Amino acid sequence: MALVIVLSVVLAAVLVLRARVARAVERAAEKGGEPTLTAKEQRLIAKDEARRLKYYSASQWTLVWWRFRRHRAAMAASVVLGLMFLGGLFAEFVAPYGPTTRDTAYLDGAPQIPQFCDQNGCSWRPFIHGVKTERDPVTLRAIAVPDPETRLYVHLFVEGEPVELLGFIPITTHLFGVEGGMLHLWGTDSIGRDVFSRTLYATWTSLSIGILGVLISFVLALVIGGIAGYFGGVIDMVIQRVTEVVRVIPIIPLYMGLAAAMPKEWSTTQVYFAMTVILGLFGWPTLARRVRSQLLSIRDEDYVVAARLAGARPRSIIARHMLPSFTSFIIVDLVISFPYMILSETALSFVGLGLRPPAVSWGVLLQEAQSIRVLEQTPWLLIPALFVVVAVLAFTVIGDGLRDAADPYASSR
Amino acid sequence: MVRFVAERVFGMVVTMVLVSMMVFVIMELPPGDYADRYAFRKFSGTGVNVTEADVAAIRADLGLDKSAPERYLDWIGNIVLHGDFGQAFAFETSVNNVIGDKVWLTLGLVLMTLIITYAVSIPVGIYAAVKRGSAADYGLTVFSYLGLALPNFLLALVLLYISSRYFGADIGGLFSEDYERAPWSLAKLWDLIKHLWLPAFVLAWSAVAYQLQTVRATMSDELNKLSVTAARARGVPERRLLIKYPARLAVNPVVSTIGFDVNRIFSELPIVAAVLGLTELGGLLLRAYLDLDMYVAGAILLLLTFAVVMMNFVSDILLAVLDPRIKLGG
Repeated sequence: MALVIVLSVVLAAVLVLRARVARAVERAAEKGGEPTLTAKEQRLIAKDEARRLKYYSASQWTLVWWRFRRHRAAMAASVVLGLMFLGGLFAEFVAPYGPTTRDTAYLDGAPQIPQFCDQNGCSWRPFIHGVKTERDPVTLRAIAVPDPETRLYVHLFVEGEPVELLGFIPITTHLFGVEGGMLHLWGTDSIGRDVFSRTLYATWTSLSIGILGVLISFVLALVIGGIAGYFGGVIDMVIQRVTEVVRVIPIIPLYMGLAAAMPKEWSTTQVYFAMTVILGLFGWPTLARRVRSQLLSIRDEDYVVAARLAGARPRSIIARHMLPSFTSFIIVDLVISFPYMILSETALSFVGLGLRPPAVSWGVLLQEAQSIRVLEQTPWLLIPALFVVVAVLAFTVIGDGLRDAADPYASSR
Repeated sequence: MVRFVAERVFGMVVTMVLVSMMVFVIMELPPGDYADRYAFRKFSGTGVNVTEADVAAIRADLGLDKSAPERYLDWIGNIVLHGDFGQAFAFETSVNNVIGDKVWLTLGLVLMTLIITYAVSIPVGIYAAVKRGSAADYGLTVFSYLGLALPNFLLALVLLYISSRYFGADIGGLFSEDYERAPWSLAKLWDLIKHLWLPAFVLAWSAVAYQLQTVRATMSDELNKLSVTAARARGVPERRLLIKYPARLAVNPVVSTIGFDVNRIFSELPIVAAVLGLTELGGLLLRAYLDLDMYVAGAILLLLTFAVVMMNFVSDILLAVLDPRIKLGG
């Protein structure tokens, strides 16, 4: 949030400055001949000049960053994604409970939204109502209902169950919580697990699978595309054929086949890594084609020939002389391939071929929301779906912003 | 033209051979072999003691004791020569029986999805390009983003909910109960179409979102061409002008990605099928995987890929017909 405010302030300042300079230059032009500028205006023009100088002497990456910064939707998406990422990374601290902790007094419970006022008056500290058990008048089933007479106040930095932050720092403090009860911001599932906490843990799993998967396919694409593009000829033809094969097989059924082959007795961690490998193993064709065609187009450039004549080895020619000329495109392609990874993982886990409980990922969480009954009775179980949509949207928007920013021929300055 | 087609057909055959090898590898991946699973399935709960020798006998009976290349040749040979896809273990019948007419149902579904996709995305994409920068264009862009981001199983779930809630229609599955076992008739066909539109709509959703942007981008480029300005200067009516010059070219990238769209539809099919309770190929594939019934899974995967390759072929030919600038034989 703070970052958004700072950014908008900076943006406003830049806009004001630019308008002022424009006005000053205009006035100078009107008067003709020697412009008489006030000291302030001169200073502004000098500043503008310096800025321009900085622009012309900036490195490629600085330019990309500047152009990217101007893409407001992409910046906003980065912030959202950053928050999601941090929330997932520090899930142990941010989430009030563990992913499998059960609150047996509050099964299928509705979200509890902290409030400031109720029929007994108001308080400065937000609170939720306690829970009591009643019989359903029709089915006589025990159901949990809010008890408007008891209040549980929400505190920051509450002592709770011991967890290990990042997997190795033992802590017992959680970002927020209530004392003498449990707080379920987004409700609970059918066996009383906190949806908010589970979603945070799942965020980390799903995002990290996406990242690892993309990295694996990235390396594969570089190697395969690099070999095809650099050597050309028969090697290229063979690789092109194989790429074609991977491209025509429908990807989810293919993933499903590989995922189905995972032994049922594998541990959660093994399945997790197997999933990243499976997703990464077939994500490379698009990027490999890109690398190949770029390499082919610059293979006979003078500087590449020079390097070859100087006796450089193929690997170093590709890595040092050829790749840098289109790194930015590769990065854009990488960012754009994230959504596919995330959607694939979610879809696979959703149908029971990906990660398996007790692991939590977005897909695993959504497994519980497969029927209409869930939509009708416990719609909050669909909250993880919102995360999927937001994450995919964010990656797509950032990818678009990066593509615009990385294009050196973009007309915007 | 003949040479062009011949070259494409040859490329297709090579691709399919490689694909079949890969599918075979995937079929071989699950731990344990069919004989074990077959014996387990057949005798579990019957009180019969299965010995190593029994399993070995089954193995020999099914031809599983041969080496992998031999089995591959048997498998693919039977498919190509006799159209026989092997045994479906979980169903205790042949794969051909299990798949049967579901192939046609799937093709029908794909065809319907493609029709919806192109019927929506081409005109709407052209409209967005013509009205570039308008509120409608902006709205359509947002819709495209959402279309790409919304997991289709979620869309399926929500639509299922809405239709059962507000229309009271039972639209899971492909047929109503009355028609499930009935012989084919016009009434049954109509019933099928009534059930098909929902999965077709769900599957078309993301394809529309994607193609919309493609059409819009090409159309925007084409609109700035001199040919358009010249035609406008000659006084050609705006509507005719749009159809005659830019729209004609804007369709090309769509045609060239028909195979890609089919690929995507097949990719999403198993997941959507799981939510909507469809029994055609996608749902069957999922079940086959969950049961590790790999001959069924392999056959389906092979058929799906074959359909994609065929569609690629069709799109190549169509493109060559549509766009005379494409050099034949090149």
